[in-house]
Amino acid sequence: MSGAALDPTTAPKFQVAAKALMGDSQLRKNVRHATNVIQKKRARVVEEMPDWQELRESGKEIRRHTMRHLDFYLEQFERNCTAAGGVVHWAKDAEEARQIVVALVKASGGAGGSPTEVIKIKSMTTEEIQLNKALEAAGIHAYETDLAELIIQLGHDQPSHIVVPALHKNRAQIREIFQREMNLPDLGGTPQDLADAARKFLREKFLRVKTAVSGANFLIAETGGVCIVESEGNGRMCLTLPDTLISVAGIDKVIPRFQDLEVLLQLLPRSATGERMNPYNSLWAGVDKTSLGGDGPRTFHVVLMDNARTEILADEESRQTLHCIRCGACQNACPVYQQTGGHAYGSVYAGPIGAILTPQLMEMHHAQSLPYASSLCGACYEVCPVKINIPEVLIHLRNKVVKQQSSGLNILANPEVMALKAVAMVFRNETVFHAAQKLGRLGELPLSRKDGQGDAWIEWLPGMLGGWTQVRDLHVMPKQTFRQWFEARGKDAAGRRADDQTGNGTAVRATRRPGDTVEKGTGNGR
Amino acid sequence: MESEGYSLRVSLFITCYNDTLFPDTGKAVVRVLERLGHTVDFPAGQTCCGQMHWNTGYQEEAMPLLSRFVEQFKGSEAVVSPSTSCIAMMRDHYPIMAERSKDKKLQSDVAELLPKVWEFSEFLTQKLGLEDVGAYYPHRVTFHASCHGLRSLHLGDGPMRLLRAVRGIDLVEIENLEQCCGFGGTFAIKNAEVSSAMLSEKVRGVLNTRAEAVTGCDNSCLMHIGGALHRERTGVHPIHLAEILASEEGGQP
Amino acid sequence: MGVDATASSREEVLRRIRSAIRDTPASDVVAIHAEWEALPRIYKQNASLDREAKLAMLEDRLRDYDANVQRAKLCEIGMTIGKILADRGKRRMVVPAGLVEALGQSLPAGFVFAVDEGMTSAELDGFEGVLTASTLAIAETGTIVLQNVPGQGRRAPTLIPDYHLCIVRAADVVETVPEAMVHLQATASLATTFVSGPSATADIEMTRIKGVHGPRFLDVILAT
Repeated sequence: MSGAALDPTTAPKFQVAAKALMGDSQLRKNVRHATNVIQKKRARVVEEMPDWQELRESGKEIRRHTMRHLDFYLEQFERNCTAAGGVVHWAKDAEEARQIVVALVKASGGAGGSPTEVIKIKSMTTEEIQLNKALEAAGIHAYETDLAELIIQLGHDQPSHIVVPALHKNRAQIREIFQREMNLPDLGGTPQDLADAARKFLREKFLRVKTAVSGANFLIAETGGVCIVESEGNGRMCLTLPDTLISVAGIDKVIPRFQDLEVLLQLLPRSATGERMNPYNSLWAGVDKTSLGGDGPRTFHVVLMDNARTEILADEESRQTLHCIRCGACQNACPVYQQTGGHAYGSVYAGPIGAILTPQLMEMHHAQSLPYASSLCGACYEVCPVKINIPEVLIHLRNKVVKQQSSGLNILANPEVMALKAVAMVFRNETVFHAAQKLGRLGELPLSRKDGQGDAWIEWLPGMLGGWTQVRDLHVMPKQTFRQWFEARGKDAAGRRADDQTGNGTAVRATRRPGDTVEKGTGNGR
Repeated sequence: MESEGYSLRVSLFITCYNDTLFPDTGKAVVRVLERLGHTVDFPAGQTCCGQMHWNTGYQEEAMPLLSRFVEQFKGSEAVVSPSTSCIAMMRDHYPIMAERSKDKKLQSDVAELLPKVWEFSEFLTQKLGLEDVGAYYPHRVTFHASCHGLRSLHLGDGPMRLLRAVRGIDLVEIENLEQCCGFGGTFAIKNAEVSSAMLSEKVRGVLNTRAEAVTGCDNSCLMHIGGALHRERTGVHPIHLAEILASEEGGQP
Repeated sequence: MGVDATASSREEVLRRIRSAIRDTPASDVVAIHAEWEALPRIYKQNASLDREAKLAMLEDRLRDYDANVQRAKLCEIGMTIGKILADRGKRRMVVPAGLVEALGQSLPAGFVFAVDEGMTSAELDGFEGVLTASTLAIAETGTIVLQNVPGQGRRAPTLIPDYHLCIVRAADVVETVPEAMVHLQATASLATTFVSGPSATADIEMTRIKGVHGPRFLDVILAT
């Protein structure tokens, strides 16, 4: 899986990628360990908060309110950021965002010429637009400075989690990468040894490189300020020491006011890393030239990027996807993600949030298998700090996929669509349903065989149903449906006990209601 | 919550898959409710709640099933169904479907009907306020919570309270109770590999309890778990909660 | 990338947004502000602990995140600083302008306290530690808030040296995050850093490791 970028336009279907990845027992062990640890940490610090549900509700409402007035808040942010000395750029799509950033980096060298290096803070948005590749093509090397992103970069790997991108690697694997790429044959194997190696490797770059690229956690419309949360201090290094800082943010990252952080800064760290507060939060607005020596970069750019976010915004059913604050709690809680890890999703956004975000960012032209990569168990919704009803959005996106697949002649090529539409017709009429039940019993007859107890089971099913019998048997249909039993019982019920096994015979009635089909085969059930 | 000693007319929504595949569950529901002194009827025009279609993305196909359900059950005093996922389908989606139909009458019918619709265990614990329904089941049993029961209906420990009151039962709690078994409707077929991996963890959990039977409030999960338990010839069998509650001393197991 | 391109992109993105949210009734600034004001905020906003419980909570949460904390009377701050630095073996410290005034007393003798008047990163890298005051601390999360004001200074000095000794006045300790944000609202545009323990990471097998790029050691004096 390593090497090639996670690109939803070329990624295999989820079930295909998942099957391949599930063969990697080391990866599964690493993913399981990491998700278990974060989940436990999260549970502990969430339990401390008696007002957690109220915070979630406020978080949801703040995000919803922002999306309802997104144009207003973006313009307000732009005004205030500009007034504070920042420069705001707008990008319609990934291509334009890449062009803007590359041009800004080139220009950041001033008279000294185009820089050949930038330092970077972990940013899912820049991963989304594959910025590093574009910088590389322009002769600019981007040093990832977050420990996990450094592991990914040096290992020629891809991120598999929003918050802990290298969670699929264990310490032994990381040690091998560092030994090889940093030329440290004697490197020790404890996490502390590895972190120390990263500190040494990057320290010199922090002090030397003059241009930095970041994402953003929150853009504050009221102040024109930006908030970035992190743990290691690499973020602070990139935000503070270089002369030029370029922050790339989706248009969904704006929040109305400074005060809204009192909600989001409680929800995000506890959900993301299971900490009451992550080690560092940086907040700043524009540039500061008043302090002696200046506090932070002399030039600050923000790139506001759409890249299909307005498509998502336009869909009222799935607009809540944009409420996401990228905490990754849904990934840790997801039983599917726990089995496959992130790469199966074929996108830098993995797990439940990826399953709804990625296909929408592709305007539903790609990643159509992702909305089905869920058992709809609801664990993601339960942990989401801003209450995104991910199962609801998944179902909505499935509907969009089905509509595409059943349009025009597509329908004929898709046995599932044909079958489900046929079954739907059956359910519209109980007589037809009853007949189908009988037919089903006949149909399964050749497949059934008796087990040791003389019970009939099916151990093999054809075609797409074969997924079931890979690891499960299916009991054959009983000879009598409940309906038949109940109606037979109703007929004998007059004047005697309804059920021989019922202690106190109360009257039982099979009743008919308006809309029932009275005569077999003639009614339509409506 | 209602006091004991009065009789309700309960309309049973058996659900399509219980009707076809698990008639014993329906019989058990009837037996328990009648034993408690209530009357059970079975609106004969009922078919399916529409869950499979709605959740798989065939929402247009699910719409007529809403109207059918409402027509069948709108006069009912109480509607009871032994399926957490079907009840969750109704509570979570029927209001949205009604809204989308733009049919005012349907909207008001749905709003009026839904508060009278109960999942079987919830009907016993919340509507009737019962825990002990006079059952006897002298076996070692573990309980599978089902995601819809847990996270959509918020059944909490209701089913466990019913089980604890069963005489003779040896109830043992499964590890990772809140973990999905991997069924997920068409997920089990479309993502068979992942579903199987989730299932094998759940099966391991069941086997670790050394229970003879695994029970729950949703036969779809139980069919999934039971299918693997049978494939591996573990001898552990699935049984719906209603069937445990229906069994009595001296009666058939 | 000319100015024209990004200007027209601006109009295009805003047009797309307006088209996407046309289900939102047209609202003016007043209506949007009113809608924001009406957002539900029934979470805990105010303190519920007494002073001592609040300070104890801050100490507990700071220690939980690998910071060392000790209390000192306001009048003994200078002495306490000297003792901690001696124990740590730190002699060459950088301090922000205005620290002495912020503390209201002089710094201990026997150490170098170089005032940051625009030092370069390389110069800052030559110090063993940094000593600052703080704007406030949040007990519930074990957080210290630093801002670009006299006594706290620019961000780089609290970042590059490997050791940070920070003084928190007990009067500046709040219990909850919302209380902190109310205090910070008036200075919301200042460069502000929330520090919760020393630099850390859990990127390797979710094992919390103290100290990656920021200061690896954080000592806090809680001045009562």
